[in-house]
Amino acid sequence: MKAAVIVFPGSNCDRDVQVALQKRMGTAPHMVWHRETDLPKTDLIVLPGGFSYGDYLRCGAMAANSPIMRAVVAAAKAGTPVLGICNGFQILIESGLLPGALMRNRDLKFICKDVTMRVETTDTIFTSHYNNGEVITIPVAHHDGNYFADNETVKRLEGDGRVVLRYSDAEGNITDDANINGSVNNIAGIVDEERRIFGLMPHPERVIEPLHRGTHGAYMFDSLLEALA
Amino acid sequence: MKARVHVTLKNGVLDPQGKAVHHALQGLGFAGVEDVRQGKFIEIELEGTDVEKARSDVKEMCEKLLANTVIENYDIDIVA
Repeated sequence: MKAAVIVFPGSNCDRDVQVALQKRMGTAPHMVWHRETDLPKTDLIVLPGGFSYGDYLRCGAMAANSPIMRAVVAAAKAGTPVLGICNGFQILIESGLLPGALMRNRDLKFICKDVTMRVETTDTIFTSHYNNGEVITIPVAHHDGNYFADNETVKRLEGDGRVVLRYSDAEGNITDDANINGSVNNIAGIVDEERRIFGLMPHPERVIEPLHRGTHGAYMFDSLLEALA
Repeated sequence: MKARVHVTLKNGVLDPQGKAVHHALQGLGFAGVEDVRQGKFIEIELEGTDVEKARSDVKEMCEKLLANTVIENYDIDIVA
């Protein structure tokens, strides 16, 4: 099981996710610079969080057009799983691998805090080690995480069970108060039709050991290890 | 030749920044403001003199990069 982490100018969670992958999977991932045009042989592609290209134009828009992304899109379409965290989620959307848009947070604030969310499906290679309906705590750190899609798209996402994570209160209730950024239906993370591409705003790599005050992110990497080993 | 592109949020897409600006304008005493929508203005220098070609090139730029057509509209002005 060998992953590849794509590093863009302005990525700042690439090292954290590198450590998380190494710790939970036992193998150090490839670190691939955005100027590369080919991917090494890999079982999983990770687009890390950060502020690629300074968030110029729209978050993720420039990164989506960088040389390596052609290889990432081709690999994703050929079935290689992709995990996009925060800015990585924004890049997945800008490259058309996931539908919708991530807009400025409803209250215009940069939100950096621990957030509770409900696991909506364990039927993905990213979430098989959670329980359906489980409430987990994972930190977020973003300015543009307000998920939006047209009604048709939202209906399709919901109908196909492709909403993986939803902002909730500590009891798992999906309320407007718990909706930190104004996302449609409290959406925090979605998968593509094949359930192989996962984009989420929270940062699982920041909660993988007790020193982090929590380990809820670790199970995501454990799920992947079991599915891809 | 110059292309001027306005990128604006589609109707029905909430514009929290426009709302905040609206609120601030009201705070300054501009009572007659009914709504504010915020967008982007992009100016592009182009070679050549073929206006129609310029328009179709810039349209492609908008579709591929300058606008996110899920939430944004764009408007192209070619200036000689």
